[in-house]
Amino acid sequence: MRALRIDRKVARFASARVAGMLAPGSGAKWGPLELDDVPAIALPGEDWVRIHPRLSGICGSDLSTVDGVSSRYFEPLVSFPFTPGHEVVADTDDGRRVVLEPVLGCVTRGIDPACPACARGELGNCERLAFGILDAGLQTGFCCDTGGGWGTEMVAHPSQLHDVPEDLSDEAAVMVEPAACAIHAALRVPITPGATVAVIGAGTLGLLTVAALRAFTPAGQIVTAARYPHQIRLAKELGASIVCESGELSRVVRRQTASMAYGDQLTGGADVVLDCVGDSATISGALQIVRPRGSVVVVGMPSSVKLELTTLWHRETSLVGAYAYGTEHLADGRTARTFDLAFSLVREARLERLVSVTYPLHQYEDAISHAANAGRRGAVKVAFDLRHDRKR
Amino acid sequence: MPRPGFVLEVDRSTPPTLFWRGENFSLEKLPAGRSRVIYAPEPLPAIKDVDAAIRHALANPIDSDPLKALMFSGMKLTIAFDDISLPLPKMRRPDIRQRVIEAVLDTAAEVGVDDVHIIAALALHRRMTEDELRHALGDRVYDAFAPRGQLYQHDAEDPNGMTSLGQTPHGEDVEINKRAAESDLLVYVNINMVAMDGGWKSTATGLSSYRSLRHHHNVNTMRQSRSFMDQHRSELHHSNWRMGKVLKESGPRIFQIETTINTDTFPAPFEFLSKREWEWGAKERATYLATTKALNRTPVKLARKIFHSIESPHQMTSIQCGEVEAVHKITTENVWKQQLVEVKGQTDILTMGIPFISPYNVHSIMNPILVACMGLGYYFNMYKGKPLVREGGVVIMTHPTYPDFHPVHHPSYIDFFEQVLADTTDPAVIEAKYEKQFAEDEWYKHLYRTGYAYHGVHPFYMWYWASHAMAHLGRTIVVGGDPRAVRRLGFTPASTMSDAFEIAQDVVGPSPTVTHLHTPPLMVADVS
Repeated sequence: MRALRIDRKVARFASARVAGMLAPGSGAKWGPLELDDVPAIALPGEDWVRIHPRLSGICGSDLSTVDGVSSRYFEPLVSFPFTPGHEVVADTDDGRRVVLEPVLGCVTRGIDPACPACARGELGNCERLAFGILDAGLQTGFCCDTGGGWGTEMVAHPSQLHDVPEDLSDEAAVMVEPAACAIHAALRVPITPGATVAVIGAGTLGLLTVAALRAFTPAGQIVTAARYPHQIRLAKELGASIVCESGELSRVVRRQTASMAYGDQLTGGADVVLDCVGDSATISGALQIVRPRGSVVVVGMPSSVKLELTTLWHRETSLVGAYAYGTEHLADGRTARTFDLAFSLVREARLERLVSVTYPLHQYEDAISHAANAGRRGAVKVAFDLRHDRKR
Repeated sequence: MPRPGFVLEVDRSTPPTLFWRGENFSLEKLPAGRSRVIYAPEPLPAIKDVDAAIRHALANPIDSDPLKALMFSGMKLTIAFDDISLPLPKMRRPDIRQRVIEAVLDTAAEVGVDDVHIIAALALHRRMTEDELRHALGDRVYDAFAPRGQLYQHDAEDPNGMTSLGQTPHGEDVEINKRAAESDLLVYVNINMVAMDGGWKSTATGLSSYRSLRHHHNVNTMRQSRSFMDQHRSELHHSNWRMGKVLKESGPRIFQIETTINTDTFPAPFEFLSKREWEWGAKERATYLATTKALNRTPVKLARKIFHSIESPHQMTSIQCGEVEAVHKITTENVWKQQLVEVKGQTDILTMGIPFISPYNVHSIMNPILVACMGLGYYFNMYKGKPLVREGGVVIMTHPTYPDFHPVHHPSYIDFFEQVLADTTDPAVIEAKYEKQFAEDEWYKHLYRTGYAYHGVHPFYMWYWASHAMAHLGRTIVVGGDPRAVRRLGFTPASTMSDAFEIAQDVVGPSPTVTHLHTPPLMVADVS
């Protein structure tokens, strides 16, 4: 089988970091990512199956890894060499078309009884991500025992597989996993009817979060900061009430919430702010525009950030993370699996339109460069297309 | 004897014409055989003994007893004066307002009036700084009144500072400054730079509130004002005059003092701006070249500072006082004497150079909304009779139109530009959808009342100012403007004047007629 792999090569990670700083995505050329013919992966357990990716998305966390800027926090949670790719729609050997739920929780690891989080259905919070029959790996795509979506073949536990309805395209199906992340983020803190919600960032995750907020919460005004014309258009189409440029967000939120200001800090602000970027500037900005006792949800994967937290202390702001998915409690009292909600959101919001461009695996450097500069180049989601790969 | 205004027919021998471009200028060649340039009359001679003229006017008012006879010991006297929006650029010290107010105060002192308040009639404009007040009123007046809290600025949002005087038969609320309303005599000190100023607009606008202003500062009124430089055909003025009737019946006694100034606008080394190009000698050509080249290399911030430091040699050409309407009639005649130019027929394309300054960015930044207002609000409306440009015609203006805003002076302008204009540029839609929200925004009110910010609703008024032109024109083109900002305004960017003419032909057809409104100085075209 043919796959892109990342091995633990410190020097290559260092080069990727430097290259990535100069030109985002260029870690693909100078870093540890390599396209190779590799032996088939052994099935970790009797019930595991082989799957063959059709489309596999390139996610922000993948780009951080390729450019060597991921947090060292992840070191004990990944195992080398691994094949990236966790946004996957694939074929099984028995002819099913499936979407992968990549989190490697207790069930996939053969751990019984499951940890308390998995027992509650909160898969993303699994407490055994480095234990059990699999080597360390928070998700498929970061674990040496499973392979990943950036290869022609990988392995999966049946609990990870969701059948794709016949009428759903591959492009739609590949959006299910990121949509699930967005839904989980949108539902991470309670949103009261008519609440003002701000979303920072209008890349894939930001746009999906807007769609999820509109679909699954009673939010009133959804104010979104976007940078590029196509992002502005899509954010509006997906349910944002107001879309502005990043530098304008504070002023828009101030006006929408009839707030005053102390310098850069609004006196009132949005009820909830979802930061889909996750760097120092955006988290700081979120803290400045959220109302007292409001919530800032960090959706985009942060790394080391520097924050002024006096405002958090003084205004009793909640700063919470939102990672992955599991089981959601909806405003109407229903409970549902995030992936089930994601399938419905993808269909209702026609999220296949967010897949802007696909690349064959061998053009991975171009694909990653495109994904790393997606906004500037007018794209949203960039994915690998493995449907015509001769190794399939 | 100053020469009257003049319309030059452009031929092949006509030298290039001067255009303002914000903090710089350019010379543009206009198409020969179908272009004309309107030049303003030369500055009228100034009154030689200004102080004597003021004293004479106060003692010999029109349709009123002399000022002294209206005063008595123990009375409540309020003097209101036009704010920083006039004149442009600011005039050399001593400002006319200082001279007039000093004369009024001398009269009050002779009679033994102690209770005197002086109020900057700024309506919803920004407050003036101490330096600006000192410049307008002089140190003597400032030092005598400001420390005692008797010189201050109108606050249209002071919940305890406004008095309602009733409504006009049209249902228009008339609300003015409480101190002014409760005074035994309100003396209004005006400077008339254009025919729009003065009359009942002084009190009914300058000392009023949003609640009153919204009746005449709106899209419908502006579209029905043809133009607002012509009081008798201006719905804006009709509304103010109706309010004046209420003021007359229920308000304080008003003693209106109006002054006119000549168009001697720029001192050396900028005199060449007001000179007709074919009369430029070596000195003017050299100054133009040196100035434009230097300004090309000057950072914009510094260029703004240089231009806003200019003090104009404007001089007073008339003063009249007494009953508001009778006074204003004479004032308007005097303004026309200085500014009116007869022009035959309309044009397909009207060109105009937009300067660094408008009434709303003194010591500030000419932001894109003010550029639109200056071009389509002010210059387009510099007509009497009918617009200089035909219906469906094109306006071409020159200005860099940087998307720059003064954060202290124009906070609501930023939001207007970023949020409102991103949604729509239609004045009527903007008025219906956004005006109330901005007008009642507590933050903008706070900045207006305690800082130096224009009121939250002010950018709307600037946009409405342009609404008649927007409805009239087929297209507006900005030469040399920031393309993104220009498009946000709903206009078309062009990099050169010839590009602009080419773009304009899509709307007005081939070989269009062109008319250039040559400023400075200001003028009003009497279009037959």
